Amino acid sequence: MSIDKTSETPKDAPAVANSEAAAAAVTAVDPRLLVREQGLAGYVGEFKRKMRAGELGSLPVIVGLIAICVIFQSLNSAFLSAQNLSNITITMVGTGMISVGIVFVLLLGEIDLSVGSVSGAASALAAVSAVNQGWPEWAAVLVAVAAGAVIGAAHGFFFAVLGAPAFAVTLAGLLFWLGFMLQVLGANGTINLNSDGLIGQLTTYFFSDVAAAYGLAAVVVAVFFATSFLGSRRREAAGIPSRPLSETALRTALLAVVAFAAAYMYNQYKGLPLATVIFLAFLVFTDFVLRRTAYGRKVFALGGNVEASRRAGINVTAIRISVFAISGFFAAVGGLFLASKIASANQSAGTGDLLMNAIAAAVIGGTSLFGGRGRTWNALLGVMVIVSIQYGLQLESIAEPVKYMITAGVLLTTVVIDSITRKTQKTAGRA
Amino acid sequence: MSATPVLALRGVSKRFGAVQALTDVELEVHAGEVVALVGDNGAGKSTLVKTIAGVHPIDEGAIEWEGKPVQINKPNDAQNLGIATVYQDLALCDNIDVVGNLFLGREIKRRGILDEVEMERRARELLTTLSIRIPSVRIPIASLSGGQRQTVAIARSMLGEPQLVILDEPTAALGVEQTAQVLDLIERLRERGHAVILISHNMADVKAVADKVAVLRLGRNNGVFEVKTTSQEEIISAITGATENAVTRRAARTNGEVSK
Repeated sequence: MSIDKTSETPKDAPAVANSEAAAAAVTAVDPRLLVREQGLAGYVGEFKRKMRAGELGSLPVIVGLIAICVIFQSLNSAFLSAQNLSNITITMVGTGMISVGIVFVLLLGEIDLSVGSVSGAASALAAVSAVNQGWPEWAAVLVAVAAGAVIGAAHGFFFAVLGAPAFAVTLAGLLFWLGFMLQVLGANGTINLNSDGLIGQLTTYFFSDVAAAYGLAAVVVAVFFATSFLGSRRREAAGIPSRPLSETALRTALLAVVAFAAAYMYNQYKGLPLATVIFLAFLVFTDFVLRRTAYGRKVFALGGNVEASRRAGINVTAIRISVFAISGFFAAVGGLFLASKIASANQSAGTGDLLMNAIAAAVIGGTSLFGGRGRTWNALLGVMVIVSIQYGLQLESIAEPVKYMITAGVLLTTVVIDSITRKTQKTAGRA
Repeated sequence: MSATPVLALRGVSKRFGAVQALTDVELEVHAGEVVALVGDNGAGKSTLVKTIAGVHPIDEGAIEWEGKPVQINKPNDAQNLGIATVYQDLALCDNIDVVGNLFLGREIKRRGILDEVEMERRARELLTTLSIRIPSVRIPIASLSGGQRQTVAIARSMLGEPQLVILDEPTAALGVEQTAQVLDLIERLRERGHAVILISHNMADVKAVADKVAVLRLGRNNGVFEVKTTSQEEIISAITGATENAVTRRAARTNGEVSK
């Protein structure tokens, strides 16, 4: 209690009245309100404002991807061939799936270092069940992904209930599940999968009918337009600001160009890959869960402020365990795709740079390392960058050591861009 | 103002180990009334608020809600009665937008999916009724000023239509204009018939909006004053102890040393 504060009282009372009057005067048009002009002009204005404020979103990654395409295409005209692009999009699914799980964990502001080993363990389990035990492949797949989810939930238990740091728990997981995988694979060390089986087909099946790729592109564009349009209509009906039709049309047109270009590219080679369809389905589903359901809102809330979430009645422990279970699930799914690519489960599965690539993909795509910011689409963009560089360097027959160094450079560049834009955002009051 | 208080504490005591934090505390709050709870650091203000909010159950005494005795053992008990607490640290998520924060933990759903349209409509309605002006309801909390965040936090407590709102130091660390906004908001809460308990260190704020001032000193009641008829000096002396202040303490100490 400071006594000298009390001397302000006589001055303060009229000040309150004044500010009230001032406030009433500006009620009509408060210059601080971010009212957007209607129509396309408003959209362009908003875009410029965001650029100045450092809200770059996915723009740096997209610019980076274009730069990668231009550079490698100028070095070797095979880079943008349908075959190479199709291979890139199939290869990236394994790491990309793992990266989707990483995005969930990063949203909490935590890290999961075990995903590489868990993916290896899951592929070993699937191979042993299907080949050594002779179970049907669908059962082997179920066992593998269920095991992944349970393993993740166990990590989550140690972190959320017992309070051990996620970093340490999953580091232990990294070692333990690596050992587990080697144990399961046994003395032989490699189990070959039937390349015509379910797991083998994951990365080798193509919908060769030309209509499949175009049909999917058409459906995606139509659904996107319908949901955006109906959403805007509902907002209009409720009397709250809505996206103008011109903006919806522009976004739909952009999506249509990308979707049909991809479909055209796939049809130039073997058709629409099954792996891509599954990956896209998971991305759409997880994005929906994160942004449109109460569960997703809770995940973001935990990444923003744990104490606030607890006071809002969110079951912090349950959400944390579930997020690690999701991470384990996607690690297992990714492991199956990686095993499918080489048609076997072997001792090197889930090792090497897999873990780092999965984390780097999430971060390159724009997921914050500090929690609370990111989308699962970031995993797609990030993994596209990483795998494109790998393929591009391979076409140039550049040796492995240089590949590592270049990928590291890309990761560092992204993090630096992220840090700089974050600073700009802070000065613009938007961090 | 109704005859039966919305909330009444009767002889409430609370002890933490060897520390007697509250002793026989009495407090009454009526609907449409702002009661300021003042006291020096460690006087027991926060403890008292936490017993009402259900964070620390009381050891002795009784809590009456609209004249009927009730037990408040968990934060949920308090919420179910209609008590909303806005803590000093605001409990907002910086990365989520205003609408998301207002409805955090009680999202409106349509067929299992978040109904953003309905939430945004209600958020705008709520902010308009409380005359809260923020740049946009769709920007993250991180972009708002301290005063705007405080008004959002208070608005959020209003969503459950509580009968009693407890504000813990709502104007601490706010600028002049922002403080004015929050004080305006407190007056609007009173006009809408809510009972308000306001913890504050700032006598100017207390004089500006409170109807009654309840003073705590060393965990005990040290008087309840009508703001209109009480001078600031009287309140201050009740807070510091009428006969005891820094000057008399030093005097007493010097005398003691002399007598040794």
